[in-house]
Amino acid sequence: MSQPNVLILRAPGTNCDQETGYAFELAGGTAGFAHINQLIEKPKLIKDYQILCLPGGFSYGDDIAAGRVLASQMQSRLADVLAEFHADGKLILGICNGFQILIKSGFLLPPDEQGLPATLTWNENGRFIDCWVNLKTDNDKCVFLNGVEQMYLPIAHAEGKFVPRNEAILNQLSANHQLALKYCRPGGLNGFVPFPHNPNGSTAHVAGICDETGRIFGLMPHPERHIDPTHHPRWTREGLAERGDGFAVFENAVQYFF
Amino acid sequence: MLFPAGIPLFLKLVDRVTNTIISSKQAESAAVNSQTTLWQIDIFPVEGQPNRLASEVLDNAKDLQINHSMAISAARGFLIQGTLTREQVEELTGNLLVEPVVERCEFALVGSDSLSQAPADLSNLVHVLPLPGVTDPQAESALMAMKQLGYPVEVVRTFKKFWVSDLSTADQQLLNSKILCNDSIEMIVVGPLQLSELHLGQKYEFVKRDIALAGLSDDALMQISQDWTLSLSLIEMHTIRDHFETLGRAPSDIELESIAQTWSEHCSHKTLAGRISYRDENGPRTFSNMLKETIFSATMQIRADLGENDWCVSVFKDNAGIVRFDENYNVAFKVETHNRPSALEPYGGANTGIGGVIRDTLGTGMGAKPICNTDVFCFASPGTPYGELPPGVMHPRRIMKGVVSGVRDYGNRMGIPTVNGAVYFDERYVGNPLVFCGNVGLIPKDKSFKEAQPNDLIVSIGGKTGRDGIHGATFSSAELTESSDVTSGGAVQIGNAITEKMLMDVMLAARDRGLYSAVTDCGAGGYSSAVGEMGEELGAEVWLDKVPLKYEGLSYTEIWISEAQERMVFSVPESDWQEFQALCASESVEATVIGQFKPTGQLVLKFEDQVVGDISMSMLHGGRPPVVREATYQPAPPTPLSKIEEKSTEDWTHDLCKILASPNVASKHWIIRQYDHEVQGGSVIKPLVGAENDGPGDAAVVRPVLQSRRGLAISCGTNPRYGDLDTYHMATSAIDEAIRNCVAVGADPSQIAILDNFCWGHTDRPETLGSLVRAAIGCQDLSVVLQTPFISGKDSLHNEFSYTDGDGNRKTISIPATLLISAMGQVPDIANCVTMDLKKAGNVIFQIGVTGNHFGGSHWAMVNGMTGGQVPTVDAERAKSTFAHLHQAIKSGLIRSCHDMSEGGLAVAVAEMAFAGGLGADISTDEIGIEMPEVEAEAEIDVSYALAAILFSESNTRFLVEVEPQDVHAFESIMGDVDVQRIGSVVTEPKLTIEMAHNLVIESDLTALKQAWLGTLDWN
Repeated sequence: MSQPNVLILRAPGTNCDQETGYAFELAGGTAGFAHINQLIEKPKLIKDYQILCLPGGFSYGDDIAAGRVLASQMQSRLADVLAEFHADGKLILGICNGFQILIKSGFLLPPDEQGLPATLTWNENGRFIDCWVNLKTDNDKCVFLNGVEQMYLPIAHAEGKFVPRNEAILNQLSANHQLALKYCRPGGLNGFVPFPHNPNGSTAHVAGICDETGRIFGLMPHPERHIDPTHHPRWTREGLAERGDGFAVFENAVQYFF
Repeated sequence: MLFPAGIPLFLKLVDRVTNTIISSKQAESAAVNSQTTLWQIDIFPVEGQPNRLASEVLDNAKDLQINHSMAISAARGFLIQGTLTREQVEELTGNLLVEPVVERCEFALVGSDSLSQAPADLSNLVHVLPLPGVTDPQAESALMAMKQLGYPVEVVRTFKKFWVSDLSTADQQLLNSKILCNDSIEMIVVGPLQLSELHLGQKYEFVKRDIALAGLSDDALMQISQDWTLSLSLIEMHTIRDHFETLGRAPSDIELESIAQTWSEHCSHKTLAGRISYRDENGPRTFSNMLKETIFSATMQIRADLGENDWCVSVFKDNAGIVRFDENYNVAFKVETHNRPSALEPYGGANTGIGGVIRDTLGTGMGAKPICNTDVFCFASPGTPYGELPPGVMHPRRIMKGVVSGVRDYGNRMGIPTVNGAVYFDERYVGNPLVFCGNVGLIPKDKSFKEAQPNDLIVSIGGKTGRDGIHGATFSSAELTESSDVTSGGAVQIGNAITEKMLMDVMLAARDRGLYSAVTDCGAGGYSSAVGEMGEELGAEVWLDKVPLKYEGLSYTEIWISEAQERMVFSVPESDWQEFQALCASESVEATVIGQFKPTGQLVLKFEDQVVGDISMSMLHGGRPPVVREATYQPAPPTPLSKIEEKSTEDWTHDLCKILASPNVASKHWIIRQYDHEVQGGSVIKPLVGAENDGPGDAAVVRPVLQSRRGLAISCGTNPRYGDLDTYHMATSAIDEAIRNCVAVGADPSQIAILDNFCWGHTDRPETLGSLVRAAIGCQDLSVVLQTPFISGKDSLHNEFSYTDGDGNRKTISIPATLLISAMGQVPDIANCVTMDLKKAGNVIFQIGVTGNHFGGSHWAMVNGMTGGQVPTVDAERAKSTFAHLHQAIKSGLIRSCHDMSEGGLAVAVAEMAFAGGLGADISTDEIGIEMPEVEAEAEIDVSYALAAILFSESNTRFLVEVEPQDVHAFESIMGDVDVQRIGSVVTEPKLTIEMAHNLVIESDLTALKQAWLGTLDWN
């Protein structure tokens, strides 16, 4: 197969589309951009793509709650289209606001009779925070984290605290290798992860989740902000790496189709 | 505030005496019969989840010392009006409004008893709603989403609901008026909501209004100026009266308003760009346009000196200054102030401040893409006791919190990284906080200029027009008083960042498709300024009835001068209109033709085909009568520094900690971490740097073109305390500081562009205006020598606050003369960037520059309560050479870390480098000499004085650098004639020691220093 096409989906308030597209391009994909209005009007256009990415931002201002308006819009207008896209063996990535949308629309963790199994809500300290976090992976299932053990990435969000409806759900996700990304202490240390290493108070330090197939992945940290070695906050002390840690996420997505 | 005059009653409250509210039962059956009903939805966190709204109130109540045993519960909520059934409302809560897992809700028809069941021990119910007409972005998004989901909804409003424990009447009042509700944007309803409907405004009955000026006395003319909030002077009123007399008719209200907007200080800068007769110790000097003959003239001279290497593109002309970036792009830079609105409603003021400056760069040339923000604030100390505040003033801590969240919520939503900033505290900002918002934009070279063409359509896109911010331009030219918070409600607004983001997205696409010939932002003065400016050389006809409104009832004049946010005006050729409109529609952005540029030289305003205004562009832009203003400057006589007591090592170390903990120097991480400083993916040097990502970087560097290695460094400099001694040296020091910060991270000093923002007190006083003119002369002198051009600027005058104190005396607080210099430097290759944190034990530390006895206005003097002393000055030639040589050293890779020396001098700079790097430093000051003017040298100078100068003097143009041992020789030789002193080395032990002549004078663990620096503004 040739270079996979990546659809970067924009909506009012999306703001990480350009650099996310650039990251996919750098990883060997071909990035295309579409506005949600355009996709709703002409859902067929998604057939030209192998990867769908919902980039970061504040869709519809994150008014009501982060990602909520776009999630409900997609749920009501695009549920079938996306189900078919996924069933075709294609990939879906949601970063930050994209993750919030995937969770709240039920695409990532489908609702049961009691509703959605989990949500992403306000950070423990009640405000937006931009900082870098250490991450550890469970890459058993998640296509995007193939071969990745640890990452150092920035987060920038106000509503990133993962809250499952109950412990059983959490345990099941864990057993199923769906808790793909967790905040950890520097050096990958397990155990208790205090603030600011767990920057938002996420249950079980969850930073990213994949679906049962490992082909839908949502994460709060921004891999597209650690592509270039000069993105690293300490490159002037520690020297320039060959690539930023986040690059692997895009490379894995693109490589999946080769 | 309940229903200020002139604002339509959006919320029709039922008069509880004469009307009985329809019962819930009746209304429910009405709902079944698809009649309009009004539902209230209260949303609470589920048990185990924090109640953020309640915690915030409790936190603020602590600041105001309200009863500490107060308890509170809070809900957010929506009022929804439509033909909805109970089942539909239930669906809506589940599908859209309530967050599953973490929230629960209660809903019923407004007025239902079920909504007013008090929780245990919380008996007092209070609702807070946005005032009619105030932007409510949450409600707008909710309404849009509900409509898209197919629900029959007409109007949505948000509200907050509080249940409060019993408080004393005084506490309850304080809570209501100072915490729960800001009456410039909100209203409070005590008890259950009793609403029958959410109204949509009232129909406007068109009547053209003329205002007779002929034959009026001076008093009567001034009364008109005041009654209409025109802020026009008597001479200006005379000119207008005479102009219309020659036309043989009376002006209409809209003509008078247009002239007032165009001639306002805010829009025309009539004071600084006017005639000034100035006198200082060097004698008299007369300006016919002060700014043009000082700052602007410096830039012209630099451009002439550079000849074909001139890298300025467009200066002091467009909404932002433009300079060259690389072979494909130019960059635009602008910093604006939004002071008065921020004093009344800090969140909305800062919010619309950042929104406004973003539209400035968007409206520059054919439109620049915003790539980063800078935000600088001046407040009174957040520790000011509540009882010491003048009446009518909001607590500085509350102002600061509001301003920071306003900038955060707008900047972050726009997807523009906020990379630079500063906060300056001084008690004189208590009634007049300053909020500077800046934006840098990237613009293709061939899109840097614009010109509206005859017969182009005038097109407005983005937000709708309401009564928002009417008289903002003329209001911002007036003084604040303790009653401003009651009378100026119309001037305060809330922004909606997403409306602006949507506008920006389609606008940049339209730019690249070439669909318009000119664009400008709608800022102060609204359409009146935007269309007036764009059509200045041409003429325009505007059809005011075509403007899309938020609600009915606006008069033609209100439409014309409204400062509703998130609007921009384009000049679109008729042949491109369809494509332009379709592009906007494809992303749900409203675009409307509101007129046409016509080559008549006249500004014609129509409402429903009737001419309501017809003024010549020449009268509007050239008719303002010149005023000669007096300005004098008498430099304060030099006073010696207070006597320095003999000090021990502990004393000196304690002084260092005090400066590190002083709020101007202390870490601003609480603010910085709330801003997204990495969106757009071009972050190179972040605002916080070092081993733990928390040291104070000198300037941020971004890479605006992802495919390129070329960077931009953004920094600033300001020091109002120096201005108390001499505004000339305050100005040159601010320039030096802004450039130092840029150069320290690797920017090329030969390509730094700077901006001026003057915020001053009442310039009607000759001595106040004189202090400003003197600062401008300082700017001119240094700019020319350094070849650092000013490319744009802005002023905000009359920043004074008047009130009556407890004894009935009228008092006025003027802000200190405040000049902010913002710098934008260019980094040819970002791989050469340097940060300020110490890197490796064994490396050598050098001080660059000459140390003098500059204690005047210094932080060391401040924390010790000392007065007098020399104000820091800049040796221009020396500065130029220092910057150039240091840049060569950085470019050659010889510098491992570099830090600018500013507040707190050597001691603070080296302490910051050490704790940022997590490495100690052993410093000996023996190589440092002190350069003193002769006069002072004759005074009694003892060891303490010399030591204080070495440790804490704030002499300009100095840096500390870290050099690898093997590079020392190369470094010394590349620095040439520049004064460089080897002062010590980096050590592993986390400790700072400074000794002079083998005596230890400062000794501290890094932890203690860092804690002092981190603790002051480490808020929850």
